[in-house]
Order: sequence, then C-alpha cells, then structure tokens
Amino acid sequence: MKVLVAVKRVVDYNVKIRVKTDGTGVETAGVKMSMNPFDEIAVEEAVRLKEAGGVEEIIVVSLGVAQAQETIRTALAMGGDKGIHVETDQVLEPLAVAKLLKAIVDKEQPDLIVLGKQAIDDDSNQTGQMLAALLGWPQGTFASKLELTDGKANVTREIDGGLETLSLNMPAVVTTDLRLNMPRYASLPNIMKAKKKVIEKLTPDELGVDISPRLTTLGVEQPATRQAGIIVADVTELIDKLKNEAKVI
Amino acid sequence: MNVLVLAEHDNTLLKAQTLNTITAAKQLGDVTVLVVGHGCQAAAQACAQVEGVSKVLLADAPVYEHTLAETWTPLLVKLAETHGVIMAPATTTGKNVLPRVAALLDVQQISDITKVIDADTFKRPIYAGNAIATVKSGDAVKVITVRTTAFEAAPALGGSAPIETVDAVDVPTISAFVSADLTQSARPELTAASVIISGGRGMASGENFHLLEAVADKLGAAVGASRAAVDSGFVPNDYQVGQTGKVVAPDLYIAVGISGAIQHLAGMKDSKIIVAINKDEEAPIFQVADYGLVADLFDVLPELSEKL
Ligand SMILES: Cc1cc2nc3c(=O)[nH]c(=O)nc-3n(C[C@H](O)[C@H](O)[C@H](O)COP(=O)(O)OP(=O)(O)OC[C@H]3O[C@@H](n4cnc5c(N)ncnc54)[C@H](O)[C@@H]3O)c2cc1C
Ligand SMILES: Nc1ncnc2c1ncn2[C@@H]1O[C@H](COP(=O)(O)O)[C@@H](O)[C@H]1O
Repeated sequence: MKVLVAVKRVVDYNVKIRVKTDGTGVETAGVKMSMNPFDEIAVEEAVRLKEAGGVEEIIVVSLGVAQAQETIRTALAMGGDKGIHVETDQVLEPLAVAKLLKAIVDKEQPDLIVLGKQAIDDDSNQTGQMLAALLGWPQGTFASKLELTDGKANVTREIDGGLETLSLNMPAVVTTDLRLNMPRYASLPNIMKAKKKVIEKLTPDELGVDISPRLTTLGVEQPATRQAGIIVADVTELIDKLKNEAKVI
Repeated sequence: MNVLVLAEHDNTLLKAQTLNTITAAKQLGDVTVLVVGHGCQAAAQACAQVEGVSKVLLADAPVYEHTLAETWTPLLVKLAETHGVIMAPATTTGKNVLPRVAALLDVQQISDITKVIDADTFKRPIYAGNAIATVKSGDAVKVITVRTTAFEAAPALGGSAPIETVDAVDVPTISAFVSADLTQSARPELTAASVIISGGRGMASGENFHLLEAVADKLGAAVGASRAAVDSGFVPNDYQVGQTGKVVAPDLYIAVGISGAIQHLAGMKDSKIIVAINKDEEAPIFQVADYGLVADLFDVLPELSEKL
C-alpha cells in the first residue's frame, strides 16, 4: 500500500505575526518557518502505519516556494520515503492545491492520502475535502483515530458534539486533528539518511494545472486589540465588579 | 441573489448557529434554508418561522440520516444551479461538507467570514485571528462558511416561509456511519452560551473540573477547556475553545488555569467581558482580561461558588 502525505511550510506556530504596515499581508521575511503542525501529525500517522506493516511507501508532497523542500526533508527524516516538490512562487489557494495534488495522485495512485485539517496561516480547512471531491473519494476529516482493515479506513472524527466513527472505502482521504498522535522528532541519523532520499521536482505547468487565484486580497489589517483591564484583589471584589460594573451576572 | 443556507439541526431543533448564518445570508439576498436529514420535519418547521427566511427546502430521506459529506454534496451541487450563494455556519458539519461542494463547482470557498462588505467582498480572520483579510471573490457562485460569533442571531420567530420538499440526489455509497460518542450534558452548548467558564492545564485533573462545574451551576454557564486540558484527558474534545476548536463570544468568559496562548485567545478574545484566574501574574491571559485575579484556583473556585 502507498500513502501520500501533503505538508505545507508555514510561519511557525510560536511566532507572533505582524501585519505589514502597507496592509498587503503578513510579514514573513526573516520569520521562522516550520511544517504546519497538523501536517507533522499527518506524517507521523503515515510512519506509524508503515511501522505497523502493510504500507510500502510514503510519498511526501509540498507545493510552493523553493524552501518548501526543507519541509519535505523534515518529513523524510521523520520516515517518509520519497518527496515531490511542486515549485511555484505564486500564492496557492486550497482549490489550486487540491488540483495539483489530484494531478500527483493520478500519477502515483496512492491508497490513502493524509493531510492536515487546517493550515495555521490561511486557516482555510478546505484542501482535504476538495481533494476528496475532485477524486470522488470518501473523506474522513478531523481524525483523532485511524484504523485500516479489509480495504476500509475506519476514522474517528472530532465533531462539535463529541466523536463520530465512519467507515470509508479505500482509497480515501483523511485529515488530521490534534489528538491523532504525538509527532516524533527526527533523530540525527535519520536526518542524515533523509538527505539522500529523492525529491522529484515538478511545476504546475508540467502537471497541466491552472493555479490562477480566484480571490483577490484587497487588504490585510490588524484586528482590534483588547485593552488589559484591572487586577482585582479578591473574589468579593471580582463578584462586585461583574455584578455592578460589567453587569454580566 | 438567491442564497442557500445549510441548516444545522438535530432533526427537531435548529442549532443557534443557523440563526447567525441567516443574518449573514440576508445581507446578500433572498434566503432559502435547506434542511437535510431523516425525520427532520420539525426542524424544517422551525426554519420556516425564522424571520427573514423566504423558503425552506426539506430533504428528508433515510440516506441523509447521518451527516456524510459524500451523500450531502450532490444535493448541494444541484441546488447551486439555482442559488448564487451556498452558505453554512463554520461548524464541524459546515467545514466538512462545503469545501467538497465548492471543489465540484470549481469555486474557491471563503471560510469563516466575519463581515459582508458587498456581494463579492468579505472579511475573514487568518493566522489565528491575528490578522483580518479582506478578500474579493471572482467566482460566479460563492461558497461561504460563516463565523457565527460575528453575526447577531436572526429572530427565531416572526416568519412563515413555505416548505418545499426536495428529493435525494445521486447518493454514493463510498462511506458509512459506524457510531457516535456524543458528550451528554445538561449545560448550555458552548457556542450558544452567554456565560462560559473554561479550565486549563492548571486544573490538574478531570476530577477537579467539578470545582468549575459548581461555579457553572451558579451562573448557568457552559464549561469549556484549553487544548492542554483536553489533551491531558481532563474533558472531552468538544470542550476545546480556540483556533482549532470552537470559537465563542459570550457575554462573560472566565478562564481558569489557562495561560492564554494565541491559539486559545483565537477562540475567545471577542467575548464581551473576560475574567482570568491564574496564579502566575505574568500569564499572557491577563493582557486580554477585563478583570484578573492572581491567585490559586483551588482557593478561588470554592469561594466563588459559595459567594455567588
Ligand atoms: C496547531 C495548534 C493548534 C492549537 N489549537 C489550540 C486550541 O484550539 N485551543 C487551545 O486552547 N490551545 C490550542 N493550542 C495549544 C496552545 O498553544 C497551548 O499549548 C494551550 O492553549 C495551553 O493550554 P493551557 O493554557 O491550559 O496550559 P498552560 O500553557 O500550561 O497554562 C496553564 C496555566 O495554569 C496556571 N496554573 C497552574 N496551576 C494553577 C493554580 N493552581 N491556580 C491558578 N493557576 C494555575 C499556570 O500559571 C499557567 O498559566 C494549539 C497549538 C497548536 C500548535
Ligand atoms: N502548499 C501546500 N503544500 C502541501 N500541502 C498543502 C499546501 N496547502 C495546504 N496543504 C495541505 O492541506 C491541509 C489543509 O490546508 P488548508 O485547506 O489551507 O487549511 C494542510 O494541512 C496540508 O496538509
């Protein structure tokens, strides 16, 4: 069985981002970049499936600027076997990402695709669902548990009311939630080994995909900031303030 | 413009988020609400009474009993022939289903809108709400999920829309529902509550959440949590408030033993009044709190429930 994992290079989750003063976007120059945290979980899940037996190959795909290769290397050091980098400097919207991934899936024919549920930069939460739609495959989004048995993927999903389990025919698309697993750190020997693994390079043109954006960003602004309030001395003062000043209880 | 709103319901009652979504939809045109499910006549009737709804479409069929994106999508894609906007609240259902619809319509979805500027232009938060983007869509059909805390609820009564039934469309059988493990609680739902008290890693155990519940009982509050509290197994996943959990904006949000990471703030910083109870005076949560109390939560919570 073949598993394909999509990993995105994003501003590290610990960075406090700054909106550019000209309002055109968010400052990324000189900012620490990392693999999207949900995608680390996706890679980890693929590696665990391989360690459990039954998976022969893990293909790691990233789309975007040249440095996305570093993100692929990280995933290869975690246990991915082969990388594919679709290089472009253009802004990629989820629909374009899904189309590019579909073109790769048509070539590579994986049995399972694992993506993060959400990229923490655009917060779209769309790509996995879109890819499943374009392929006509079932989708198990926001997964906190994944089991493969007899050509089915059993996915437990985190939903607003609690948990739900679905049975999906394979091939299927799964997107990860935070509690699916705890991603490993790559060991030094594995980082060294990953340097020798192959990363195939492609372009959107070679894949025959039109990636023109459908949305125009007219501006990016900072949200209204909250003022810090006061520190109260004790519970009695807190209750008094909530009752008589804020009038919320 | 005809706007189709996908209702969130439990077959009988409408979820409050549907009402907020209807308010956003009204800003774009004439609102039709689609109720998909099995045995969901009562929910359709509830929709018909919402002020500002012009029409209700009822797709009531055994194949729609469970919210499977695979089965619901063909119906929505068909209805897009006669609706220029497809909208849903940004709940786990809306987030699961709508991108699948958008892809088949060859449309770039706009997720989590907080403001309608005009028929093509919307505001939406990015980077955990640390930036707000204004985006203009060039697609003929708009597919949109709505951040419900950013829109008032439409009045649940005052309308009398006709209900039309629609048939199931091309249902694929590539996925099946197996089971659900839903959290049972007599408390208000997080996204509908006017008061929320949330616990973090500082609560130290699941048992200690009874201290929070005692306060919640006094206030008629919902109980929420940080990711750390959920990951530690103190409470179920659906308690999580934040960038990747639920987004809430109650009148009063009380954060107890929560440090205030940006991912948590993303889910609650639009609350009207924020109270922080934390023993570390340096905790970032105090920077957004209207009222901070620097103290040990194990002293504060019993005293609070006693004095309220
Ligand atoms: C991709 C991603 C998504 C995430 N999504 C979310 C999300 O949706 N929601 C979310 O909440 N987090 C999310 N996080 C996690 C987030 O970064 C923080 O790790 C998390 O919010 C911390 O939870 P906490 O404040 O409970 O724990 P901590 O940061 O450990 O804080 C515990 C606090 O309790 C206080 N405390 C301890 N004991 C006591 C006591 N006896 N009395 C009073 N105070 C006490 C401490 O002073 C401390 O401030 C996400 C992270 C990532 C990477
Ligand atoms: N440029 C990209 N390269 C690789 N994977 C991506 C890219 N953009 C999105 N993805 C995948 O799609 C998931 C959801 O992203 P989004 O729909 O943008 O929130 C991510 O967690 C990744 O797994």
